[in-house]
Parts: sequence; structure tokens; C-alpha cells
Amino acid sequence: MTDLLTPVLSANWGQDHSWGIDAYRAQGGYDAVAKALALTPDAVTGIVKDAGLRGRGGAGFPTGMKWSFVPKDNPNPKYLVVNADESEPGTCKDMPLLMASPHTLVEGMIIASYAIGCHTAFAYVRGEVLHVIRRLQQAVAQAYEAGLLGKDIQGSGYDLDIIVHAGAGAYICGEETALLDSLEGRRGQPRLRPPFPAVAGLYASPTVINNVESIASVPSIINRGAAWFSSMGTEKSKGMTIYSLSGHVKRPGQFEAPLGITLRQLLELSGGIREGHELKFWTPGGSSTPILTPDHLDTPLDYEGMAGVGSMLGTKALQVFDETTSVVRTTLRWVEFYKHESCGKCTPCREGSWWLVQLLKKFEAGHAVDGDVDKLLDVCDDIGGKSFCALADGAVACVTSAVRHFRPEFEAGYATPAWELFPYGRSALFPVAEGGHA
Amino acid sequence: MSGHEFQSYFPESGSVDMTDTSTNIDETTMAELRELAGRYPQSRSALLPMLHLVQSVDGRVSPAGIEACAEVLGITTAQVSGVATFYTMYRRRPGGKHHVGVCTTALCAVMGGDALLETVEAKLGIHPDEITPDGTFSLERLECNAACDFAPVMMVNWEFMDNMTPAKAEGLLEDLAAGREVQASRGATITSWREAERVLAGFPDGRADEGPSAGEASLLGKGIADAEGWAAPQPEGSVL
Ligand SMILES: Cc1cc2nc3c(=O)[nH]c(=O)nc-3n(C[C@H](O)[C@H](O)[C@H](O)COP(=O)(O)O)c2cc1C
Ligand code: SF4
Ligand code: FES
Repeated sequence: MTDLLTPVLSANWGQDHSWGIDAYRAQGGYDAVAKALALTPDAVTGIVKDAGLRGRGGAGFPTGMKWSFVPKDNPNPKYLVVNADESEPGTCKDMPLLMASPHTLVEGMIIASYAIGCHTAFAYVRGEVLHVIRRLQQAVAQAYEAGLLGKDIQGSGYDLDIIVHAGAGAYICGEETALLDSLEGRRGQPRLRPPFPAVAGLYASPTVINNVESIASVPSIINRGAAWFSSMGTEKSKGMTIYSLSGHVKRPGQFEAPLGITLRQLLELSGGIREGHELKFWTPGGSSTPILTPDHLDTPLDYEGMAGVGSMLGTKALQVFDETTSVVRTTLRWVEFYKHESCGKCTPCREGSWWLVQLLKKFEAGHAVDGDVDKLLDVCDDIGGKSFCALADGAVACVTSAVRHFRPEFEAGYATPAWELFPYGRSALFPVAEGGHA
Repeated sequence: MSGHEFQSYFPESGSVDMTDTSTNIDETTMAELRELAGRYPQSRSALLPMLHLVQSVDGRVSPAGIEACAEVLGITTAQVSGVATFYTMYRRRPGGKHHVGVCTTALCAVMGGDALLETVEAKLGIHPDEITPDGTFSLERLECNAACDFAPVMMVNWEFMDNMTPAKAEGLLEDLAAGREVQASRGATITSWREAERVLAGFPDGRADEGPSAGEASLLGKGIADAEGWAAPQPEGSVL
């Protein structure tokens, strides 16, 4: 039986100067690069496949398989792009990883690049995180100085350059094809697939796009083996991963555990819901994953467990709300986020998210009329599955799941403002003048 | 429900303010723009960093900055402004010396972010997307800044100001206004928004070693594991 928590990626975060190359090397950092460069690229991919690592950016696609889709006979250069856009509401794991241990990502990028035959790799970091970008820039510079990047890495004959690239504020650039357009210096709008990035990605060349945590998991897999990694987790969801607990809990924070831990277990570790309150609803993996209730406290937080209760594991961003919280209010705020972040390319999402905001504002103000809940669901139906990319599906998921679990609360919006039913000050962590609402 | 207008990423106006033609872009800036363009396999990839650099020099995306980017990359000014107007971090009007953001996405909003924003608005006497008359502060409503375990979250010049309260925010703004030293929760000493933009453009300021490795919340799970003696399993055949 594995322990409840299994820090691997987060093991060094508390160390003195953990972000520097000396501290990283002192604990065996970059050993995995030496090991990987002594193997064939295919052998490296094979180990990652055997480990059962699935993408940690939300979709859970097997990482080794993704790497093996890169065509070997394509004459164009191959690219690795690390998705460090981390903007899904609730998601806050990649930024602390990069701030505390940027070399874990750099080491993973070297190994992944070698495996797919790439000589130029990019880390696309959301722009609004200055210190994270500083740390990553410095880590890359240190890796060059140490001969871990550049020409003929450690005498292996293998060359690699890494470019740290700051975005400029756009959630949609986390969607992998929008990210590629953005990285090409364009508006970040999703591309039609196929062709898939593995065949025609950045500069129409074969490209692998992976989440920060996916790539950062690779050095530990190379060091300790596929069997070690897959000894953690559940049958189809292997390994350790970072769960982010936020909201009305006594102690919010990051927890690295084998896949399949439950929210009940995580809540116990964090001291539970804040004093005198109880759990009302939560997201398993960011606002795009359908919300759940106390009924789902014991469902394993893995890909299958969450799918089984009509949600998704997503980014493992557990946002926890207690009984003081108005579901209508949070749903409106999330939909306002999607409306703001809709890239505008397709009509159902661009217009539909606007209509959803208008409707939800009426619910919040107690001005909705009989039948508006069905209208809300109708509009969702016009958007979900009918838009160009998954942003719109996320926008709809938070509405439909909220109505599914809390329909009476929406119906209450036919008569009573949400801030009367749930005085907003009570949800805040500090005293707020009652009656105050946005 | 009438009056439906498509809102762009810049709700306040449709395009870059072309009437203000002032600029600080000089030969040094042009050389740096060219340097950025040279860092990528295809030069146009440098456009986002180049626009960050333009902001660090001109305090906004200036018409001259748009022309400079177009010239260096060999694309049209329309192509550059099309990009500049898509991303929220690019400003059409000057940003303050300190750019303040308050997260009001659902989780932060509920935990106190809405009240925090009201406090900051009252303290600075401005609303989001405005700048104080003396140019010291500009204000923005932020979407989730990937720090929800430190909610409610505020950012100053894109540095983390974690676990904010109205009182802490007021003190912080007073210190900044008085030119006193302010330290980010997880980051460096606060300098200015323009200096931040220069780092985002890809010109490091050598301050990566400032600040802690992580915040308390980031270390929570690891701390509990240590206290309980929990760890990842040893690999098979390991001699450790
Ligand atoms: C709207 C939208 C936003 C996304 N944002 C991110 C993000 O910030 N970071 C991320 O890694 N993946 C994000 N994704 C998922 C990526 O498209 C992609 O699946 C992922 O980066 C692949 O990496 P992985 O296989 O390692 O998970 C987003 C997807 C969508 C539809
Ligand atoms: S679904 Fe929304 S974000 Fe995605 S392409 Fe359409 S408009 Fe853009
Ligand atoms: S919701 Fe405010 S930082 Fe995530």
C-alpha cells in the first residue's frame, strides 16, 4: 500500500534556494538526462509509455503515445512546446512548480525533446506571473552554462535550445492549437484538427504539446523506472500527481498524491471545511469540469472515477465552497470568465456566452422569470458540442451541472436576489459590510 | 435584453489610440526588437515579446511601437495591431507606474475579492481600466491568476500579493504611493510595471533569486507527508 501523500515533484519545494541549479543537482537533478541520453530515443518513449503517464493538462491523453505519433520520416524540424499557460480557474499547480523547481521542467524538456528528435523547445508561460518567468529564464540560462543545453549536450552529440516565451493574457492560449497560433505571433485562436499538431503543429512542423506537470514527471520516471511510477495510482490512472485544494477549507494548498485519492481524504489532511461550516459543492478539476456535491466525497479522483459521476478529472483543481456560497453567483462569475476569454472565432461561443451572462445576471438579481431555467439550459444546448473548441463546452458544463444539482436555487432567482439568500459577506474570509455585492 | 454589442478584449475602445504619437523608442529599442526577432526559428514568433518590450518603453502599445514591430518583422501594421488588441496584457492607454490587479474570478470573488476590489477602488479613487491622475496606479479586474490556494489574490506589476485583506491592501498601496519598499509574497521587491514588462519581453533583470521558493500553501502537502513519514515508494531493487 502506498502512502497517502507521495511528494516527488514537490519534494524539493521547501529547500533552500530550491530553484537554483546547485540545489537541484545536489539532490540528483539532471541524472535522468545522462540516463536518457545513453538510451535510444525510442527506448525513452517506451519507458514513458510503460509508466502509463497521462497528460496532466486536463485531457489525460497518454504522454508516451503522443510522443510516438511524431512522424520520423517528416523532413521538417520537430518541436516540443510546454504548455505553461495555466489559466483554468482553480488551477494553481504548475506555477508553484515552476517557481520552486524550474529545473525539473528543464530536465524533463531535455529528455522529452531527445525522445521526439527535437532541437528547439519552447516553454509558453502565461504572462501574468513575473517571478515564475524570472525563475524559469534563470534556470534555462544556468542549464546552458552547465552544458545541459546548447550544442553537444554532455558530449552526447545531441543539441537542444530552449526558449522561454511569455504570453500576454488570454486563457484560450492554453488550448493547444490556439497556443501554437499565439507562439507564431498571431491572435490566439484554435485551429481546425486534423491535421493534428503531431503532424503539422508549430510552423506546420511535427509538434508535441504537453503540460508542465506532464513533462516535469518525466525525469522521475527515467530515474526510478516505469514500474515504480505505475505502482502508484489506480488501474488506468497511474502515478502521482499534484492536487490543488482551494476555497473554504481550513488550510488550502498543494498535495501530491497517487491518482485515486478522494476529496474526503484531502479534506481530512487540510483540516476540513472552515470552522462551523460544511461542504456545499466543488469542482474536481477547474471550472470547466462539472461541479460535484458532498455525495461525491468518496469518489476516486482519477480519470475514470470522475467520468463515472458525470464530471472530469481535468487539472485536479479542487475548488471547495461551503454552504454560505450562492451557486448562482459562482456560476455567473465563471460564465463571465468564459465570455471574457472567448476568442470570438465561432458564433455559438462568442454570442452564447454573452447571452448566458445576461440570463445569469437576471437570476442573481432575482429578476428571472418562470421558465428561465429552461431557457438557460436551452442556450447551453445551443453552445455545447456546437462550438469550435472545448472552451465553450467548459462554459456550458459549469452551468448545466449547477442546475442539475441546485435547480431550486436557480428557481429562487425568479423572486429573490442571490445576495439576499446568501449574503455575500458571509462567504468572505474577512468581515465585509453586509449588503455589499458587485 | 437589447443593445447587444460584441465586446472585444478591450471593452473601452475599439483600437489603439493613434492620436497620441509620442514615443521613447530609439535605436537601442530597435536593436533590442531585432534581437528578440532573431531568437526564434521564425521571426514573427517574437511579436508577443516585442509588444511587451514596446510597453516597457512607451508604457502602452504606441503607434510608433506598432510601426517598429511591423518594420522589424516585415508584416503590416494592421497585422501587429490585430495581435496587440487580442491580448489583455497589452494596453492601449498608458499604464501606471504600478499596475494593480484584483482577482474577481468566482473563487477569489467569493472569498473576498469583490470586497477587496471595492476597497482598492475607493483607496485609489479609480475604477478598473483607469489610471490615477498622477500616473502612479492603474487598476484591473483580473481573471484567475493561478494562485487560488492563496485567495483572495492581488497582483502588483504581475507579482503575487497573496492572501489579501482590505487592510493589507490599503497598507500596501500607501507604501507604494510613498515610495517605500514593498516585497511581493512570492517574488521580488516591487519596482515598476514597465520594468516587469521588460522581463516578460525576455530581458532578465537578475532578480530571480529574490523571494522564497514557495508559499506556505504550496508546501502544505509536503509538510504533512514529512510529519507523517509518508513518501513515494522506493523503486524496486533500490539500494537506498
Ligand atoms: C480552453 C482550454 C484551455 C486550456 N488551458 C490549458 C493550460 O493552461 N495548460 C495546459 O497544460 N493545458 C491546457 N489545455 C489543454 C491543452 O489543450 C492540451 O490538451 C494540453 O496542454 C496537452 O498536454 P498534456 O497531454 O500533457 O495534458 C486547455 C484546453 C482548453 C480547451
Ligand atoms: S469555442 Fe469559443 S474559444 Fe473556442 S474557437 Fe469558438 S469562440 Fe473561440
Ligand atoms: S480564482 Fe483568483 S487566483 Fe484563481
